[in-house]
Amino acid sequence: MTDAVPRARSPQSPNHPITQLPNSAAGVLVTVVMDADRMSRTLTRIAHEIVERNRGIEELALVGIRTRGVPIAKRLAHAIGEIAGHEVPTGALDITLYRDDLMRHAVGPQPVVRSTEIPFSIDDKRILLVDDVLYTGRTIRAALDALIDFGRPKVIQLVVLVDRGHRELPIKADYVGKNLPTSASQSVQVHLMEIDGKDEVEIQET
Amino acid sequence: MKKDLLSIADLSCEEITLILDTTEAMREIGQRPIKKVPTLRGKTVVNLFYEPSTRTRTSFEIAEKRLSADTLSIPVSTSSVLKGETLVDTALNIEAMQPDMIVLRHASSGAAHLLSRICRSRIINAGDGMHEHPTQALLDAFTIREHKHRIEGLKVTIVGDLLHSRVLRSDALLLTKLGAQVCVCGPATLVPVGIERLGVRVSTSVDEAVADADVIMLLRIQHERMQGAFFPSVREYFNTFGMTKARVARARPDVIIMHPGPMNRGVEIASDVADGPYSVILEQVANGVAVRMAVLYLLAGGVEDEAAA
Repeated sequence: MTDAVPRARSPQSPNHPITQLPNSAAGVLVTVVMDADRMSRTLTRIAHEIVERNRGIEELALVGIRTRGVPIAKRLAHAIGEIAGHEVPTGALDITLYRDDLMRHAVGPQPVVRSTEIPFSIDDKRILLVDDVLYTGRTIRAALDALIDFGRPKVIQLVVLVDRGHRELPIKADYVGKNLPTSASQSVQVHLMEIDGKDEVEIQET
Repeated sequence: MKKDLLSIADLSCEEITLILDTTEAMREIGQRPIKKVPTLRGKTVVNLFYEPSTRTRTSFEIAEKRLSADTLSIPVSTSSVLKGETLVDTALNIEAMQPDMIVLRHASSGAAHLLSRICRSRIINAGDGMHEHPTQALLDAFTIREHKHRIEGLKVTIVGDLLHSRVLRSDALLLTKLGAQVCVCGPATLVPVGIERLGVRVSTSVDEAVADADVIMLLRIQHERMQGAFFPSVREYFNTFGMTKARVARARPDVIIMHPGPMNRGVEIASDVADGPYSVILEQVANGVAVRMAVLYLLAGGVEDEAAA
């Protein structure tokens, strides 16, 4: 992580702009670990790896996990299209109804369910499941269950922009943008142009 | 969400919008090869129906099964109710078997509220007497939103038996809450006193009421609830209030025709209108399953605050 740029954020105090401590009442320490340029190159690299490892890309299809897996899947589809000259179908998967932590809390509203759109048959396809951050693995477990309800793909491979470790289930990514060793007290935020207005990955101390 | 869904009156605009947005996501599940998600695995839902029902009961049962709940329906005609058991006793006995939700249809207004006070289970009102039928209003609103992409500012005309209709009450409350202009019309004998308090305009002429309507909703003439003579004859009712092609032509060219079912063809609606191009009656039925899945899902979560739990 030689390219890591620590910087303090909100609210800016002229007295200690950089040295703000985590947990200080003034704000959160944020470290940018991937900027827009690096993200773009990372996705291009993953697209090349996907094409290399999947001969016959006619069978390929990308399924992004809502929310941020969806734009990443679309970008990868575009990049694969440029490399191989073949447009890869893309879908969006909402895993809320498959979560293993639903109904475990007596108080508080249910998580918001968004629609799943997989406008093609996944039967006998090579499905690339795409998410922004791989952490406990529970989201991926839910996504695998959800996908199987749509058919029987030939292969499912996992693509993540960031793998931050701390797995709680035996799940491993096939394509990783960046391995990011973190502690459980940190949070990793992926910002994407389509949703957040900028391309950036940052670690927040909480 | 609150613990129970008893009435549209209890819902805020935000909660209604959340239910309609969730319905959007639920609808896709019905189009999958495997029409089932594991969300309510291990939850037990009891459908307690004290009145005949095809649509609502089937719709709830399908919704429950698509969410993987364990479900059973108790048609009262084969239950101990015939031996004289009261609603409260029946409910307490069902409660003793630890269900998570009870869906209640009852001929008495307020029956769902009564169960809500004595039951730990979540209660969903599937129609209580002449009071409310909240999930019907939600599916109506969803169907309207699908076609018109909004509810605010629409002119919705509701024609029929306004007196006995719980659908009217729920629909009027919901649609006016979301900003629609609701106009109601029916025989003077079937217009309840004080109906304006629902925020609706009352019209005595169907032709006037349907003019420029975005949505026309027909209500069933409820013969089973009529103990007196409310209008001279079915034929006269159809001539004065029945929805015919000629009347539909007075509405906006993109009008949609709705009916909560069951239809009396040739009474409140002409057959060629019910089956015609403007009719969305079967879409309402299809959307009913998704709306009920949304309600079941949202109610199954935690309650708003611990005190209410």
